[in-house]
Amino acid sequence: MSTMLEVIGLKKYFNVANGGLLHAVDNVSFKIEKGETLGIVGESGCGKSTLGRTILRLHEPTAGKVIFDGMDIVSFSKEEMRQMRKEMQIIFQDPYASLNPRFTISQIIEEPLKLHNYYKTAAERRTRVEELMELTGLSHRMYNMYPHEFDGGRRQRVVIARTLALNPKFIICDEPVSALDVSVQAQIINLMMELQEQLGLTYVFISHDMSVIKHISTNIGVMYLGQMIEKASKKEIFKNPLHPYTIALLSAIPSVNIREKKEKIILKGEIGSPVNPKPGCRFAPRCPFATDMCRSETPEFKEVKPDHFVACHRTEEIINGTLSFAKKL
Amino acid sequence: MEQQEKKCILKVENLHVHYITEEEEVCAVNGISFELNEGDSIGLVGETGAGKTTTAMAIMQLVPDPPGVITEGEIYFKGKNMIMNSEKENQKIRGNGISMIFQDPMTALNPTMTVGDQLIEVLQRHNSVSREEAKKRCMEVLEMVGVKAERFNDYPHQFSGGMKQRVVITMALLCNPDLLIADEPTTALDVTIQAQVLDIMMDLKKKFNMGLIMITHDLGVVAETCDRVAIVYAGEIIESGTVEEVYLNPRHPYTKGLFDSIPKLDEDSVKLMPIDGMPPNMAEPPSGCYFHPRCKYCREICRKQSPAMEGESHRFKCFFPLGDPETEKGGADA
Repeated sequence: MSTMLEVIGLKKYFNVANGGLLHAVDNVSFKIEKGETLGIVGESGCGKSTLGRTILRLHEPTAGKVIFDGMDIVSFSKEEMRQMRKEMQIIFQDPYASLNPRFTISQIIEEPLKLHNYYKTAAERRTRVEELMELTGLSHRMYNMYPHEFDGGRRQRVVIARTLALNPKFIICDEPVSALDVSVQAQIINLMMELQEQLGLTYVFISHDMSVIKHISTNIGVMYLGQMIEKASKKEIFKNPLHPYTIALLSAIPSVNIREKKEKIILKGEIGSPVNPKPGCRFAPRCPFATDMCRSETPEFKEVKPDHFVACHRTEEIINGTLSFAKKL
Repeated sequence: MEQQEKKCILKVENLHVHYITEEEEVCAVNGISFELNEGDSIGLVGETGAGKTTTAMAIMQLVPDPPGVITEGEIYFKGKNMIMNSEKENQKIRGNGISMIFQDPMTALNPTMTVGDQLIEVLQRHNSVSREEAKKRCMEVLEMVGVKAERFNDYPHQFSGGMKQRVVITMALLCNPDLLIADEPTTALDVTIQAQVLDIMMDLKKKFNMGLIMITHDLGVVAETCDRVAIVYAGEIIESGTVEEVYLNPRHPYTKGLFDSIPKLDEDSVKLMPIDGMPPNMAEPPSGCYFHPRCKYCREICRKQSPAMEGESHRFKCFFPLGDPETEKGGADA
């Protein structure tokens, strides 16, 4: 397999009132192979969406590199970037806000084809739009309908059809099913997985819902306050989570499996502020294992086992079992 | 526990709520009945628009009128019919007898008042206590839910989402209600914060022996907080029972469909099995069983007749419940 995307030391800071600097994405690095899905989880405000947008340069990165298919796109000019966007697309969370209410479904799906002059004649475009509608499970009779006639699930299908219009290789999915009800959510998840297989797509799938992430991802990255704190294969994250935050997060998910009740880890305290963060591990204020070193030095995000990255000072003790929540609580 | 039987604090009987406008009449709630004993908890689970919140609002006698009208049914709170009560009597019950926690803590608090003043207002409205006493009591409850008393004079915007929800919980609990209705109390919160808030709620429920109606779309939250569960679809309870009964042996095809639609954490990924189609438009409800257009076991009778609720503790509203040999033969449409 070859690498689709590599992010190196990516940072995005925002200026806020009173001279503060909000570290929305802080020194994030990772790689995605072609055809895989990287799931990104984290709580609201941890910088998941900003990370997605910064990768596509919808926000200009403050620092760092984004290497897409071997090219550093941060150095691209506006026109080069415009061409590049055919290859990399994004699906947003709210299908009620991402469709122009005055366009028909076909006009919406056709728009990117027109903007990039993909076809010469309207007839060719029409064929392509119909093809896309079929691909995403929209029936032909909807061709001239408007978004307001659709429910959330169908709207998200339209969004997906539009996203696929230019044959992208890489799609950032920013909470694409969070606004949908479970029964509809399952339809869209299935559709996205089928399309990935059929078209060989690479996904970054952003969600706060751990069960959805587990279902769809190959690898999982966990974010906390702007930083990636753990990344590994899906299996590894669920079997051997190493960062205390990941461990607590996994234990806190309400489960429908009432036969096996698991012990929940209830963290104390609140998520800190990403404005002018102090040095040190950002999770330290809520972490039961935090030491003075955790509060003063930012832990490095490093590979502790093959393909398992963690940013924590006490990983070794967690691996060899001298530190565990069971002993602490 | 006490020797005598638990008292029934809430009884909802055949509740119908319609939203009537000039253009259409939407049947939001269509004959919901359930009972709740003191100290017990029930989860109302369903998708958006199923009528969960409308049911809660009807219990509180807060259905916006117009367009909402309770067209039929009775709601007994401690033996008194809320629908027949005067508005003044109901005002006394709200906050004192029944409290409600809303989904979005950001909109449930007044942004122009300190949280302390808002809490004192609630307490003084229902009890004749001095401001000083009220303040003391508020601070006690705040500490109980994990908000430091020194934040008493802060404004809502100075709190994070989880903290705001704790303030809202404080407000709901100030007057020791007998019944707490929690409408998606943790949906706006993150997972680890959700665990903290649910933990506090369950603690307090035990301490005050409160009845709890938990309204949510999250089957996991219900599994962790409730004794009983009622699955709501198109304004009807289509299946109800203890959490064990319904989760381990769902009988209604919709309930089963819900479980099959959620990705499981403890199983390796299998293809999800979504329910085909979408919930009906309740301005023009389907004939017969409301679920029949989406049901793979649907037969002739399902299209014509609405099934009755059957069963003792574990009840379901279906002609061909799962597990019946007759059902397994497959529907006419299968």
